[in-house]
Amino acid sequence: MVVCSLMDHGSRVVVLLMLLRFMHRLFCFNFLFPCRCQARLSFVAPFFLVLIGGFELISGKAFAASPDYPVLSGRVVDQASILTAEEEFELVKLLQAVEGRSTDQIVVVTVASLQGYPIEDYSIGLARHWGIGQAGKDNGVVLLVAPKERRVRIEVGRGLEGLLPDALAGLIIQRRILPAFRKGDFAGGIRAGVEDIRASLLGNKEEVALRAKKPAQKIDSYLPFIFVAFWLIPFIYFISSLNRDRRVSGRVPGGVVIVPGGFGRVEDSWSGPGGFSRRSGGGFGGGFSGGGGGFGGGGASGSW
Amino acid sequence: MFQMHASRWPVRGAYGRGLVSVGLIIMVSMFLAGCGVNNIPTYEEQAKASWSNVLNQYQRRADLIPNLIETVKGFAKQEREVLREVVEARGKATSFQIPKDILTNPESFQKFQQLQGSLSSALARLIAVSERYPDLKSSQNFLTLQTQLEGTENRIAIARRDYIEAVKLYNTELKTIPGRWWKMFVYPDAKEMEGFTVEAEKTKTPEVKF
Repeated sequence: MVVCSLMDHGSRVVVLLMLLRFMHRLFCFNFLFPCRCQARLSFVAPFFLVLIGGFELISGKAFAASPDYPVLSGRVVDQASILTAEEEFELVKLLQAVEGRSTDQIVVVTVASLQGYPIEDYSIGLARHWGIGQAGKDNGVVLLVAPKERRVRIEVGRGLEGLLPDALAGLIIQRRILPAFRKGDFAGGIRAGVEDIRASLLGNKEEVALRAKKPAQKIDSYLPFIFVAFWLIPFIYFISSLNRDRRVSGRVPGGVVIVPGGFGRVEDSWSGPGGFSRRSGGGFGGGFSGGGGGFGGGGASGSW
Repeated sequence: MFQMHASRWPVRGAYGRGLVSVGLIIMVSMFLAGCGVNNIPTYEEQAKASWSNVLNQYQRRADLIPNLIETVKGFAKQEREVLREVVEARGKATSFQIPKDILTNPESFQKFQQLQGSLSSALARLIAVSERYPDLKSSQNFLTLQTQLEGTENRIAIARRDYIEAVKLYNTELKTIPGRWWKMFVYPDAKEMEGFTVEAEKTKTPEVKF
């Protein structure tokens, strides 16, 4: 798969370079490759580039109708503003400790509105959108609270469905979360729910140790570097061939080379750090982002 | 001038030409991959994987039913009719021999969908009937089973949606231009797959409740 995608990108680069070269011949493309001859049509060329970039972006992304999801600003995303800063800070510490021990990512979300979607649909969409949990381990849990719709759901990643089965998630909601919510104590209910989720995830020590083990680093993380190499080789060849042309016709070599960006597919396929770097309200340092865990609809919901 | 060229070539030729041809092969293969020569089999495998997930989830539901029947029987013996319906629908759905070509065969796909659909409606009736029995409703066993059943139905819905997406991608690839040509020359056996038709009540837009 990696090889294929590399080839894919590589061939795009080749095609792009062929196109550029062609345009250089046609329009004397001053913007990228300065040369002496006067550019009459060079203003057209950037539009071509933008066009190519646009196609790349479009081809890399599927457009589907989906709700507007809040930004993953931290382990606790309190869009509905039902938690105080201290409560949020306490929760973040707890959730961070869980990830430290077993690499499981738990995220607490309160939303202002489900935008008319059933909570099950909203929750799976949100969990997949954020990619909570580590890729390959699929060990993410999302606790979603919608105070306006009076609905709550625990969404469980594929890898944790054995440890936190639907029935257990349902029990946690019925026994721990809902009684507090009915009294209007959101912070207490969320805290109790998170503690129970934590207990069920960290209950078995051997299981935790197994999960915490780092998986072998996959080639995917090297992909950008390999890709850059793929990118550069034809590019250098191309430039040098240009220079050769110049020498023949006695032109002055040199100039700034601007590398065009906008390869949407590549940005999609590598889930490196970055992206979400806003700090959460509790002041917990460093950014937090989902690791790309998968969800299959495990979990339970309840209403009060 | 000409002689200079002639004398230059043989010296570098042995390596030069080999390198050029290797480079050419790499370029051509990259170009083919870039044009999506692998898309059809890739999407086909993805669609098949999502299909097996759909089957998995239906199997999971079928496995839950005996327990559910036992529990309901203990509290609501008189609802024999509904119980019998569920058992029958389950029997029919699980005994249906899934043909190998189900994904490209509209008839057997429809049949499969219809059998699972009747099991869904029988189960929905059973759950609705159970609401009438306070003892049953409050029993822990039943609550657990109900949660599990809800979870499974949710998983089925998601698995079906993922499958529909995968099939859409695959079918579009077969119909649109580069894929169409690849199908013609390289994968003449590739056939469009069947997608689930969504039941009428699920197509309506979600309503906002306050």
